[in-house]
Amino acid sequence: MARLTLDALRTILVACAGEDDGVDLSGDILDTTFEDLGYDSLALMESAARIEREFGIALDDDDVNEALTPRLLLDLVNGSEVRAA
Amino acid sequence: MSTQSSTAAGASGRRVVVTGLGVTAPGGIGTEHYWKALLTGENGISELSRFDASRYPSRLAGQIDDFEASDHLPGRLLPQTDVSTRYALVAADWALADAGVGPDAGFEDYDLGVVTSTAQGGFDFTHREFHKLWSQGPEYVSVYESFAWFYAVNTGQISIRNTMRGPSAALVGEQAGGLDAIGHACRTVRRGTRLVLTGGVDSALDPWGYASQLAGGLVSTVADPERAYLPFDAEASGHVPGEGGAVLIVEDADSARERGVERIYGEIAGYAATFDPAPGSGRPPALGRAAELALAQAGLTPADVSVVFADGAGAPDLDRAEAEAIGRLFGPHGVPVTAPKALTGRLCAGGGPTDLVAALLALRDQVIPATGRTARVPDAYRLDLVTGQPREAALSTALVLARGRHGFNSAIVLTTHRP
Repeated sequence: MARLTLDALRTILVACAGEDDGVDLSGDILDTTFEDLGYDSLALMESAARIEREFGIALDDDDVNEALTPRLLLDLVNGSEVRAA
Repeated sequence: MSTQSSTAAGASGRRVVVTGLGVTAPGGIGTEHYWKALLTGENGISELSRFDASRYPSRLAGQIDDFEASDHLPGRLLPQTDVSTRYALVAADWALADAGVGPDAGFEDYDLGVVTSTAQGGFDFTHREFHKLWSQGPEYVSVYESFAWFYAVNTGQISIRNTMRGPSAALVGEQAGGLDAIGHACRTVRRGTRLVLTGGVDSALDPWGYASQLAGGLVSTVADPERAYLPFDAEASGHVPGEGGAVLIVEDADSARERGVERIYGEIAGYAATFDPAPGSGRPPALGRAAELALAQAGLTPADVSVVFADGAGAPDLDRAEAEAIGRLFGPHGVPVTAPKALTGRLCAGGGPTDLVAALLALRDQVIPATGRTARVPDAYRLDLVTGQPREAALSTALVLARGRHGFNSAIVLTTHRP
């Protein structure tokens, strides 16, 4: 399957939940918490739903909640198996 | 003047004053634009431009067409807000700024409450999510639908954005709900909260929301924007739905003075709500009773009232009923009456609060805005309706009336503030 890149994640976050005016998403944000990036649990739920659709995978809500940074979320997504069609 | 023994201050002794205003309405966003549009008779009603309404039996609306949400709100709020909530958030920002309320104003979070009304919720947002649900599937529906549709969402979003954690609420009462919210805000101040942000907004001009409004059966089918909504006119044919509303800052008068507020728009001296008897009961509607109770709370009599801002339904039977209620209180041609919402359409929960803003500005400028394009009032109404041009008058007390579908009646009495 295609891998979710940090750039693609940035695009999805902005499309799903907008962008905090005080945050620079373009920098090195891999290990910045989503909370510090201005994204709450609902923002991540909405973004996770988009990722599930685009990558054909299923993400457990609890796993998404525990992915506190972009790096952890990328690892979660890229370690997931594609659902049987 | 009558006795002050049972005034709105009641046992607490607290008086409630208005210190900030914010308006998003057809014909004018921003308080002074709105007021200027009312005084110059600029019509905010036009052909719907949000979608192709050519196959609808009515095609008019009071639309806000000069509002770009991203100019006013942070990007994080845009994917999670309906257009009505955006109007509420921006009007709230303006009202707070107008009242000089900010991080440095000396308030604790719990000093600040929020009480708003919306009768229709997030129609436009929900319409788009429903479209995704039926065409693509449930996994495509936004998680923000969970609250973006909801009646309490404006109270919540305003509270979060401005860190206002005091007593808060949401009230729903169709077109009367906006006054109910303001009435409850005043009660909240009298119970000891220093400041409450209050008001109402609505917007339902998407294909589904507009169809829902037409289904109520009271929307005019006249195609001419100049003739479709004529409250109290012999040719009244129903109303035109509009969008937007107003937000007001109400405060304990002593607290406002202590923090050095320089401009007080007026005092909310009385509020009351009643509910109509069941159809067929033979008993009269209760709008007049709401007005009497609001005046009693203010410690005033009808003779003290200098102007009435009417509900102005624009349907002959409802107009007649309101004219009768006003006539019973004030006598024939006994008080100047106006319905400036004829220029914006009926804003549902936003209607009462925008009328209240207009009434406060009328007290400020000593001028009554006219009733849109209404020109010929049936003699039987025995109303002194302000038509054609604004009327200059000595104004000290205004009565604002609102009726909501299926029996809601609310009334607020405003006075010039005398410290």
